[in-house]
Amino acid sequence: MQLFRNLLATPWIWSFIGALVVWLAAITFTGGHGAGGMITAALSLAVFTVIVGLGQMFVITLGPGNVDLSLPANIGLASAVAMKTMNGDDNMIVAGLVAALACGAVIGLVNYALIRVLRIPPIIATLSSSFIILSTDIHYGRGLQIKPPQGFADFANVQILGFPILALFGVALAMVAWVALQRMVYGRSVLAIGQNLRAAKLAGIPVERVRLLTYTLSGALGGINGALLAGYFRGASVDIGNEYLLSSIAVVVIGGTSVAGGKANVPGIWGASLFLVLLLTMLNTFGVSAGLRLLLTGLIIVGVITAAGGHKTGR
Amino acid sequence: MNAATITQTPSRKSRNMGRLLRTILPALSMALILIAIAWLNPRAISYFGFNLMLNLAIPIALATVAQLFVITINELDLSIGTFVGFVGCVTATWLHDAPVMGVLVLLASIAVYAGLGALIHLRNLPSIVVTLGMSFVWQGLAILLLPKPGGAAPDWLKGFMGFQTPFVPFPILAAIAIGLVVHFGLMRSAYGTVLRGAGGNPQAIGRAGWSLLKTKVVMFALTGTFGVISGMALIGITTSADANIGNGYTLLSIAGVILGGGEFVGGRISPIGAVIGALTLALAASPLLTFMHIPPDWQVAANGVILITVLAARALISRKGA
Amino acid sequence: MKEAARSVARLDGVKKSFGAVRALDGVDFAVHSGECIGLVGHNGAGKSTLMNILAGTGTPDTGQITIDDAVQTAWTIQRARALGVRCVFQELSLCPNLSVAENTRVSHGALNGWGGARRAANLIRASLDEIFPGHGISPQDIVGDLAIGQRQMVEVARAFTVTDDPLHLVILDEPTSSLDAETARQLLAHVRRAVSAGISCILISHILGEILETSDRVIVMRDGKVVADAASAGLTRDSLVAAMGGARLHDKTSRTAAQATEAQPIVVSVQAGAAHGATGLQARRGEIIGLAGLAGHGQTRMLMELFEAAGTKGKTVEVAGAVALVAGDRQTDGIFPLWSIAKNISVRSLNTLRRGLFIASDQEAALASVWRDRIGIRTDNLDNNILSLSGGNQQKALFARALASDAQIILMDDPMRGVDIGTKLDVYDLIRTEAQNGRTFLWYTTETDELDNCDRVYVFRNGRIVAALDHSELTEEKIIHSSFAEAIS
Repeated sequence: MQLFRNLLATPWIWSFIGALVVWLAAITFTGGHGAGGMITAALSLAVFTVIVGLGQMFVITLGPGNVDLSLPANIGLASAVAMKTMNGDDNMIVAGLVAALACGAVIGLVNYALIRVLRIPPIIATLSSSFIILSTDIHYGRGLQIKPPQGFADFANVQILGFPILALFGVALAMVAWVALQRMVYGRSVLAIGQNLRAAKLAGIPVERVRLLTYTLSGALGGINGALLAGYFRGASVDIGNEYLLSSIAVVVIGGTSVAGGKANVPGIWGASLFLVLLLTMLNTFGVSAGLRLLLTGLIIVGVITAAGGHKTGR
Repeated sequence: MNAATITQTPSRKSRNMGRLLRTILPALSMALILIAIAWLNPRAISYFGFNLMLNLAIPIALATVAQLFVITINELDLSIGTFVGFVGCVTATWLHDAPVMGVLVLLASIAVYAGLGALIHLRNLPSIVVTLGMSFVWQGLAILLLPKPGGAAPDWLKGFMGFQTPFVPFPILAAIAIGLVVHFGLMRSAYGTVLRGAGGNPQAIGRAGWSLLKTKVVMFALTGTFGVISGMALIGITTSADANIGNGYTLLSIAGVILGGGEFVGGRISPIGAVIGALTLALAASPLLTFMHIPPDWQVAANGVILITVLAARALISRKGA
Repeated sequence: MKEAARSVARLDGVKKSFGAVRALDGVDFAVHSGECIGLVGHNGAGKSTLMNILAGTGTPDTGQITIDDAVQTAWTIQRARALGVRCVFQELSLCPNLSVAENTRVSHGALNGWGGARRAANLIRASLDEIFPGHGISPQDIVGDLAIGQRQMVEVARAFTVTDDPLHLVILDEPTSSLDAETARQLLAHVRRAVSAGISCILISHILGEILETSDRVIVMRDGKVVADAASAGLTRDSLVAAMGGARLHDKTSRTAAQATEAQPIVVSVQAGAAHGATGLQARRGEIIGLAGLAGHGQTRMLMELFEAAGTKGKTVEVAGAVALVAGDRQTDGIFPLWSIAKNISVRSLNTLRRGLFIASDQEAALASVWRDRIGIRTDNLDNNILSLSGGNQQKALFARALASDAQIILMDDPMRGVDIGTKLDVYDLIRTEAQNGRTFLWYTTETDELDNCDRVYVFRNGRIVAALDHSELTEEKIIHSSFAEAIS
């Protein structure tokens, strides 16, 4: 009972409850048909939001104004880089993944350099760089039919006992992020900077190194996400990452991370990602039109955040 | 530098110098863009050329001003783009077919904005997420209203936006008017000072006896109002609507405010700068670029480069002034 | 004694609790017209809570507020202002993005319409000129650009401006905490002038000397109650300290004689030169070095320069070894508000607490509990949020953070600002012990009394060091003389 009460007090539990409710509503409508398949599909899709959501979470936790708006463009470019490097050759899969990771990491580094050297607010720095990345992507990937090697496409769609292999990867990644946040000096430093940047600096935390790491991490996760998306959807494209601008931020906040910074929540990222994906699935099974689907998604996001209430800001 | 001359407060002098430079930087960057355009294509610098280049500048400037209001009080509106699109769809359908109904819907949407301000204040919600959700809502409504591109602008609106002023092109006059109105409202009036103060130190404004709830409601309502005007102006120019017509405005409006010298937190903003910033971005994105040896692939990048260059210059000035 | 005088404001049976903490436990309090009340007590005694209630920013759980013999039922900040009650709060209440004039305009509803901005500028300029002659502040200055002392001056001057709202009672909560001695003197003189003109004042301060000099009557609070109320004429510092309770008397002679530190190696050195003044600065291992002078004359900047230079051997600044800093402005420079007390203490020591890739949580807990005992942080659970502590205890946690670290050089940026005397005495002892163990302290303070703890004091003026005084030759006159030396000539 006490355990149950503690569980209810954790901020991330609500996103899982939300996901559960939406799933129940969907299978009630179908009369129980495809309940398992729905979960498998949700896990496969949610993992992509989880990967970028984790990167975005670390960035947002750095404090007010920190956000990575370059993720969609980053994902698009990295997907093209990965597919071109793989060039349809199964032997080049690892090389392609590394290339995508490196591409994303470089984008993260550039973002940080803009923020640091030019003292540009992160929103504007990542926004400006995304304009440039987008142009690079259009130029780089133009006119080419970029398909993944068969082996990579198959791998991205493999399931183990109904669990998509990518979802297992996503769970492992989230666990690493959780440990990093709770038990490592890096995570502690991110949380400190998010609460009070000046105090963090004066307490001897290498603020700039931590920020550099965080933006690079976010970029790298975006890059790997691009490669995996291209494998899963069997092809790269410029707009493959578009939906992740809003969804990466949405899952961070719905998952219980404070946008004021200094307070992060890893499990909530998974809960919120599943919630968003299952919400779409539910609305699809109800057969609602595209407009109504958007309208309801929006209202539910606002409703959830209102119900969850404001996080008391630390100032 | 004249910092060598020893005065009572040398720091104040250099501080004011830096502030002056920062103030004229938006205008300076726009002038540079204009010079570049004139160099590449002298014919563009003409009555007709400006009309063409600044074709969409007015809706962008209005959306930027809308964004400016919420940024003043440390909030952000990620839904302004889809809201402009929604207003566009209302304008091209209801306002054209049933004007009374159309006006009521638009007024109601401003009320929704005011309500969001109250909700964000009372529940202490992050505006980024609330408006993120609202961006889906507005887009959904727009698609429900106008599933396929179409509709028609009311004639009076088309006439107004297509108005040919003598000597100085209409978009320029309109931009000056918008900038001045907002400048006096926000920078000169007593309540405007309170509103900016609410961005700088809300607690202080509360202690001086002002209602913080009211400042949020007023600012969000103003954002909604200028969003409505922006959407209407846009449809007056394009004459028909599309549910996705305003999507790019969210990021453009934020960029415009920052380009114009505004900051995300602390109520430090400049209405005239924001209008200039919007015009700069409109120029950079204008169709004329296509004729100026800039390959279409790299047109999006132009906006990014301008933003980075101007902000780099600003950082340089601040560092010297410090 | 002033029973015949009209009471401007009175509080009866005021109680207020924050959660389980009872901040005010039935307070009766009256202010008469034309008197200055000194309000003293340790941090957490309830002074600020009481004043918030009087100013209308806080509502009491029970109790009655009477203004001008009229019982107030709906007491709000608007009502308070309309009836002439103003408050200068402890945390500054200015908008940093607005100019001095605009900040004045915001506080007066009457300064609207055309010309309102100009009238506001004239109003605040006149008030500043009257209270702080030679203030050097322009109404057009943006508040964010001003030094903290100047901001406090603006805040005080603003409280004394009059438009169509009346002005009967001004509450000054720690108004001198960021002011240097001369400006503080100007302010207190103005308080006396205002009082003789019939305005009532409530003055809260930890500096008992200025309370005794300025006020007609002193009220002492302890644990949410008024424990003493007497005319200041019959009071002394010692009797006040005794009434406040809990603290030992400050024994001026208790300081151990300067040890033989001459043989110790120099750990911090700033060369004389154009940037730092003709004197230069040196600190040996085990020394306590004071940085003095008027507030905002480069002491904090010097500390930041040393902080940045830690472990390096630059051209003009040399700092041998790791450095830890104790912030003075807790909210902006010190506290991590979402964290527990333990995490706030350990944050400076994360690298030494690391075991492999991870932070060793048992060692972390041990570190925090050792320092809680050594410095006397009053809490039964170090996992409680840092904000559950009173201001003085939060400051102790910041001291613990610095002293628990591996740093041998400790920089202190006026850390005792607004801290109660009990906390101060505890910390002074600890600093002396740590210095004897070989740590070096560089201590910027705005309270001249504290310099008595130092082996050597450097006086700052206009960003430069203008004098170095050994402990033996240290007098308040000498410090003041050095602080003003060039200004007078």
